Amino acid sequence: MTGISILIPIALSLGLLGLAAFFWALRDGQFDDADGAAARILIDEE
Amino acid sequence: MATQPVFAEAPAPDNIESLFAVPALHCAGCIAKIENGLAKVPGIEGARVNMTARRVAIRHDPALSPPELKAAIAAIGFDAEPLADPGVDIAAAENRALIRALAVSGFAAMNIMLLSVSIWSGADGATRQMFHWLSALIALPTVAYAGQPFFRSAFAALRQGRTNMDVPISIGVLLTTGMSLYETLTGGHHAWFDGAVMLLFFLLAGRCLDSMMRGRARAGVAALLKQTAPGAMVLDEQGASHWVRADALRPGMHMLAAAGERLAADGRVVDGSSGLDIAFLTGESAPVRVGPGADVQAGALNVDGPIVVEVTAAGPNTVIADIARLMEEAAQGKSRYVRIADRAARLYAPCVHLLAALSFAGWMIAGAGVHQALLIAVAVLLITCPCALGLAVPAAQIVACGALMKRGVLVKDGSALERLAEVDQAVFDKTGTLTLGRPTPRDIDRLEAQDKGVVLALARGSRHPLSIALRQALEAQGVMPARLEDIREQPGEGMSGRFDGETVSLGRPRSLISLFDLASEYRRGAATTLLRFADAPRPDAVETLATLNAMGITTLIASGDRPEALEAIARATGTTAIGHLRPQDKLALIGRLKAAGHRVLMVGDGLNDGPALAAGHASMAPASASDASQLAADAVFLGDRLAPVTMAVRTARRSVAVVKQNFALAIGYNIFAVPLAILGHVTPLVAAIAMSTSSLVVIANALRLKGNAR
Repeated sequence: MTGISILIPIALSLGLLGLAAFFWALRDGQFDDADGAAARILIDEE
Repeated sequence: MATQPVFAEAPAPDNIESLFAVPALHCAGCIAKIENGLAKVPGIEGARVNMTARRVAIRHDPALSPPELKAAIAAIGFDAEPLADPGVDIAAAENRALIRALAVSGFAAMNIMLLSVSIWSGADGATRQMFHWLSALIALPTVAYAGQPFFRSAFAALRQGRTNMDVPISIGVLLTTGMSLYETLTGGHHAWFDGAVMLLFFLLAGRCLDSMMRGRARAGVAALLKQTAPGAMVLDEQGASHWVRADALRPGMHMLAAAGERLAADGRVVDGSSGLDIAFLTGESAPVRVGPGADVQAGALNVDGPIVVEVTAAGPNTVIADIARLMEEAAQGKSRYVRIADRAARLYAPCVHLLAALSFAGWMIAGAGVHQALLIAVAVLLITCPCALGLAVPAAQIVACGALMKRGVLVKDGSALERLAEVDQAVFDKTGTLTLGRPTPRDIDRLEAQDKGVVLALARGSRHPLSIALRQALEAQGVMPARLEDIREQPGEGMSGRFDGETVSLGRPRSLISLFDLASEYRRGAATTLLRFADAPRPDAVETLATLNAMGITTLIASGDRPEALEAIARATGTTAIGHLRPQDKLALIGRLKAAGHRVLMVGDGLNDGPALAAGHASMAPASASDASQLAADAVFLGDRLAPVTMAVRTARRSVAVVKQNFALAIGYNIFAVPLAILGHVTPLVAAIAMSTSSLVVIANALRLKGNAR
């Protein structure tokens, strides 16, 4: 029982962390230009 | 990480941002070239390319006018057109809200399922109670947040006295959540939080895909748009010129239009003479000669030399704006179309609610308590909740639209696909639709190989449509331009230069030519060659019309052109053609066909087709069409071939067939599961399994459409 009371909050907070990261990425515009992001990795910066 | 200067240059606060459409963007090299190249231009702070939307956002000094920025992009080697400020993109904001709701419901569904699995595996007593409470804690905010799109749409429908798919969804989700909360409060055995949240997750996935598909098609169309001029250079009394935005132009102003620019307002030429390309209005590709006193329309492309135009009407008073109003009125008929999903919901929703009410009443009569009867009614609602039905339509349509998009047809939304499947009459415009809408040289092969090089070198320097046509045709043959000296363009006359000590020129024919034939003349020394042009039919126009006929769709050609000009194409395709139609006449023709009970597919490109495109049951436009037509059309097809029209209709019909199969699957599953629910055998575990299986089956069936766009 004590195991559960530690593990469940950990599981939930990890999930929430993932959700928060996704929201941040969405607001940051990381999904605005998926094609461009794929292409940019090929650009040689001097 | 290279060392960054600590005192990073503070961005000038008064810099403004301008958007440009750059359709030719296609690789990483383009991005680097544009972003690095523009950053070096004085006055430009920076540029950011969005490759998905084929756009460049430039932050720059307000002193730089759009033509200067356009020239800067052209200097790097890309054609660009200024885009009006998009403001807040409502569709993109809606898509984002849906994705956020999907993420929240996905998170909640996973975590609740985690807890539910332990309950199903035998947790009981205090543990089960705690798990139920935890589930409630996650589910209640999730339903309140992620359920909003459904609640809002259901509420809007109910307020108008209608019902749609969202009504049974909302009632199902709310009742299930409420009942589960009651069970949790009273320490009952079963809570259905997992079912309610999973239902939301599946349905939101369908909505998200639907909205993303529409967004992609819209962005594709927007990138093709040839924007009307955002403004003009205006001459003041002293003869100095300055940039004025289109919405600030007033009648009486004198605007200067250089070769290659579009007019920003209606007006009258006061100085200079030139050729104007008004294809957007008439569909005719040949430029019209204008001189002092001639009336010109906003959006016309100045081809030859600079002209000064006195503005007579600007903004909402222009000819373009008039046609836009006509289109808006015509489009109202289309908004009355009821989508398949909503038609199904009209039948389905009352049945489901009646069934739930009957099972409640039945168990009450049979002697069960209110509590047990209510539990069973909720189970019936949850099992019949149109999870698969909600996915049946969008899943099939997204797959079909995706397949069509790969083949060069951009369909704007799912309802367009449904309407395309229903057409039984197709009306085609001629110029630009059945034909390519641009002059193609008919006899370049009469030229010697060396002369081809000379012609190409001459044609490259000019923006005249005939020169552009020559350049495209010669480049397609792999001709290399010859080296010429002192190439000059004489406005209205043509290009001239020197090759091997001989004078060569390309220009207006001096010899007599037939009145309706387009031609230019190539002169080398004393020899002259006449190069004739014609607006060639699309390579597969005849086959396409024949295929449409074979598919049970009658065809008709409606054109603004002279009847004599229609004869050849009408004979070749064996189709009735009507000529001399003005935009209003085309609209009236569609109206008559509709009144006769036909579902009309309008295919057209010019602004003169705009009202007819808006009025047709479904409509398609080629990518070379005017922007207004592309906006009015349900689908836009790329390329020189006409076959996408038949492909779109065929794929639309297949997608409707798959939608119907999906409905049958979903209803078949209900026939199997509902008796179990009514008898009280459905536990949350059974509901969860049944719901996900039916959704997966429906999606798998829709995926069959993937390779089907042929």
